Formats: sequence, structure tokens, C-alpha cells
Amino acid sequence: MFPANFDYVCPASLAEAAQFLNQHSEDAKILAGGQSLIPLLKLRLAAPQFVVDLGRIAELKVIRETNGGFEIGSLVRHVDIERSHLLARGCPLLPETAAEVGDMQVRNRGTLGGSLAHADPAGDFPAAILALDAELTAASAIAQRTISAQDFFVGILTSALYPNEILTSIRVPKLGPRTGSAYVKMSQQASGFAIVGVAAILTFDEKGKVTEARVGITGVASVPYRAKKVEAALRGTAASAKEIAAAAALASKGVDALSDIHASAAYRRDVAAVFTRRSLEKAAQRAGRK
Amino acid sequence: MKLPITVTVNGTPHSSEVEPRLLLVHFLRDVLELTGTHVGCETGLCGACTVHLDGEAVKSCMVLAVQANGSKITTVEGLASDGELDEVQRGFWEEHGLQCGYCTPGILLAAHDLLLRSPDPSDAEVRGALSGNLCRCTGYQTIVAAVRNAARKMRQKTRHMKEVPMPAARPQKPPRAKKAARKPSAPGVAEVVP
Ligand SMILES: Cc1cc2nc3c(=O)[nH]c(=O)nc-3n(C[C@H](O)[C@H](O)[C@H](O)COP(=O)(O)OP(=O)(O)OC[C@H]3O[C@@H](n4cnc5c(N)ncnc54)[C@H](O)[C@@H]3O)c2cc1C
Ligand code: FES
Ligand code: FES
Repeated sequence: MFPANFDYVCPASLAEAAQFLNQHSEDAKILAGGQSLIPLLKLRLAAPQFVVDLGRIAELKVIRETNGGFEIGSLVRHVDIERSHLLARGCPLLPETAAEVGDMQVRNRGTLGGSLAHADPAGDFPAAILALDAELTAASAIAQRTISAQDFFVGILTSALYPNEILTSIRVPKLGPRTGSAYVKMSQQASGFAIVGVAAILTFDEKGKVTEARVGITGVASVPYRAKKVEAALRGTAASAKEIAAAAALASKGVDALSDIHASAAYRRDVAAVFTRRSLEKAAQRAGRK
Repeated sequence: MKLPITVTVNGTPHSSEVEPRLLLVHFLRDVLELTGTHVGCETGLCGACTVHLDGEAVKSCMVLAVQANGSKITTVEGLASDGELDEVQRGFWEEHGLQCGYCTPGILLAAHDLLLRSPDPSDAEVRGALSGNLCRCTGYQTIVAAVRNAARKMRQKTRHMKEVPMPAARPQKPPRAKKAARKPSAPGVAEVVP
């Protein structure tokens, strides 16, 4: 099994890549870690004329601490996030999520930007990116724009990126005091992809009341989503076990759940409630719930 | 259009002209005739094709040969030296970590990646690191034992190496933060990843 013929382009800078994509956006495909694109090329589900490899663009491979957060280059690999000291201290949700992606070999190649741009409804990072309320930066030869995580995932394997755009970086906030986060996942045993994955972030005030709750859920619907009903139910509570269970029951309320060979829609809804409860419990404990 | 690439495989540089669609695994097997790297599923799931790319385990059916241009590759052929099996291979030999051997080259390279980072892994860590490698024969039990056996051998080797007296090391000054060497956004901490 091998791909159809294509021309390979390996730009040395972001500007060069953007320029090329601007001229050839309709018949070019961006290559990052290749862990999703190469299988598609081999199955000939994708047969672009040009493959544009971002792999040599050093400026996209940096994790930087900024005012109040971190800016992660789109080419930073899963394994780099898993082992990042900066993120382990300031945004541990991302290393925890990275460790859950696929297997060691996939994590050694796959990139954060590729995972998000691929917009797999069972991908792990979308849940974390939603819970973190991340901002994604996309650049083309003409313009640069910021897309919020909530607007980024449009459909199955469809993101908000235009064909001439490159996802360049992802900005996430530093998690503050009395804040806990967690990612828990039920994976499909053969591939490791999420049947249900839930990322939760909880912040408490000094009195032990929840001031902020954010929950991102992947695997359940065709598009990963923020479970706003769960979040609203928790705000102002003490996030006791009972309150968490009641809120988590709303995890897939109003959502059109997927049904496939791995799990029926009804099963996904049940698992979503259980895993949302587990994720919130972990986050509350890590925040030092009173 | 074929493109020129140079890849160093098991210490030997190879220059070649390849089609961009050529997968690294086929470059190794068909162009360099290093058939120790196996092809199993071809879809990224089985790990039989695992090699090291610049010191890290990757599935070579999921990498284009052109992406490996300028890189160093290690395949199973590069593990033994002068006909002597390395620690991981001996670990497998002693613990019967293989039956048919189809999965073995990939598992040896995956185990090397783990042991480079984690010299004394638990059973759970070994199973986690090898979750991308499938074996139809052993039931994994002996593979886990083999990797832990290999870890012991590697620790013994490094201990032995440490006992060889080294020239007195000069005391190192703690690295001083270079001021304004480059200007990242405030507060200015950055990790550059490989
Ligand atoms: C065996 C296996 C198991 C896996 N298990 C999991 C899992 O459990 N969870 C999970 O989340 N993922 C899993 N994955 C997918 C993996 O995480 C991929 O790394 C990821 O989906 C794609 O990242 P990549 O860098 O490899 O992108 P590529 O494969 O190179 O690209 C993917 C898509 O994104 C586009 N793209 C890439 N980078 C950019 C960019 N900067 N700007 C614009 N477009 C871009 C490409 O054009 C392409 O359409 C698995 C993959 C395999 C092979
Ligand atoms: S042949 Fe490469 S992973 Fe199976
Ligand atoms: S020994 Fe036969 S597949 Fe592993």
C-alpha cells in the first residue's frame, strides 16, 4: 500500500510555505507529523498534487511562556508536550492529554497542530483545547487571524481553516491557584482513539465555591463540544460528589450522539456521563476542594 | 519527479534518488535491502516496521523517505556489533521474548526508546511503551519479562562504565541566564523542541 504520485515541497520558512499554499491551495495538502495524512494518502482517500512538508520550519517548534499563558507552535509534537516542563507546571492538562494519544511511536511524530487541523471527532486534544478556551492562530500569505477553540471544529474531519491557511500556534492560559484539571478517556482498544474523552477544569474561590467550570468532550458527537449545561450546573456549588454527579448527568444533553461499530449513541451518552463525573472529580481533588 | 536524499542508516550514509511517495520502510527494505524491518499492517497499527529516526522510535510505514532526509536511522541490523547481540536482544533471547519473530525487530527498537528514557521501567510502563506493537504469538508476558531483563543488563553496563575512572571533571559553573540573547514574548521562557 503506497500513495499516488505527488510533488513534494519542503519550505524552509513559514513565509515560503504560505506563499506556496496561496498559489496552490486547491491541489496542495499540508504535511506535519503525517500520522493521519500518510494513512489517508496510502488509502488514496487523499491524492493531492503537492504535499507541503512543514517539518523543517523551526519557528513552529517552540513552546513559549507568554503573559498569563503559553504559546505552542503547531509543529510541537505530542511527545514534546508530554515531557514539557513549562506545561507540566503551568498547564498540566496538556501533558496529561498528550500521554493519552495513540502510542509511543505516534506521539514521537504527531503534532498538536496536525491533531487539531485534522479535526477527528475522536481526537484527544480537541477536548483539552476546548476546556482551556484556547486561541488558535492561522496564517496565510494574505492575512493572520485568531480562531477561538469553540469556532475551530466545524464537522467530521473539518476545521475552520481555509485551504490556503496554516495553523501556526495555539495559545492556552496558565492555570491559576485553586484550579484543577483532568483528562479521562475510554479508548477504542485497537487504535487508542477516544470513544469518549472528557477534559475538565475547575476553579474555586477562597470559600470553596466553584467560580469557573469548563468541560470539553470528544468522541461523543461529530464535533467535539463544550458541555455548557454541566458547567452552569456546577458554578457556585462546592462541587461535592453529589453535585458533580448531578452536573455530569447533563454531559450529552441536547447533543446528537454518534453511533458506529464501536459504540451506540445510547452507550456513548452513558459513558459520557460517567467519564464527565470522573474527570470533574479528579479536577476537584487536584484543585484542593474543601 | 525523483528527489535526492541522504540518510545515515546504522552509521553508514546512503545517498539515493527517490520518488516522494516512497515510504521509509520501502526505502530500507527495497532500496537498501535491509529486510530486518518488517511490514505488517501497513496502516500504522502493528508496529512491525518500527525503527529509530534520530534516536526515537517511529513507524517507518508512516514516514516518507524524503522526510528522513538528513536523519540518522537505526534498524534491527544496527543493534548487534561484531556479531555480539546487544543488551536488549540478549534480554529477549534469554527470556524467550519471541516465537515466530515477526514482531521482534519493531519491538526491540520500541524497547530501546523506552530504556533510553527509563532505565528501570515497571511492567505497566513496558506495556504502555509497547502498546503500539502487536504480537500474535507470545501473549506479551515473555516480552515484558524480556524488556525488564534487558533493562537490568543495561543498568549493569552503565554501572560498569561508571566504575571506569574518568578524568577529573572541572567543577561546572551554574549556567547564567543570557540577557537579551533573543527576545521572546514576556516573561520570556521558551522550550525549543527537536
Ligand atoms: C495508530 C494510531 C493511533 C492514533 N491514536 C490517536 C489517539 O488515540 N488520539 C488522537 O487524538 N489521535 C490519534 N492518532 C492521530 C495522531 O494524533 C495524529 O498525529 C494527528 O491526528 C495528526 O497530526 P500529524 O501531525 O500527524 O498531522 P498530519 O497527519 O501531517 O496532518 C493531518 C491533517 O492536518 C493538516 N495539517 C497538519 N498540520 C497543519 C497545520 N499546521 N496547518 C494546517 N493544516 C495542517 C494536514 O493537511 C492533514 O489534513 C493516531 C494515529 C495513529 C496512526
Ligand atoms: S507495518 Fe507499519 S505499523 Fe504496521
Ligand atoms: S513472536 Fe510472532 S508475532 Fe510476535
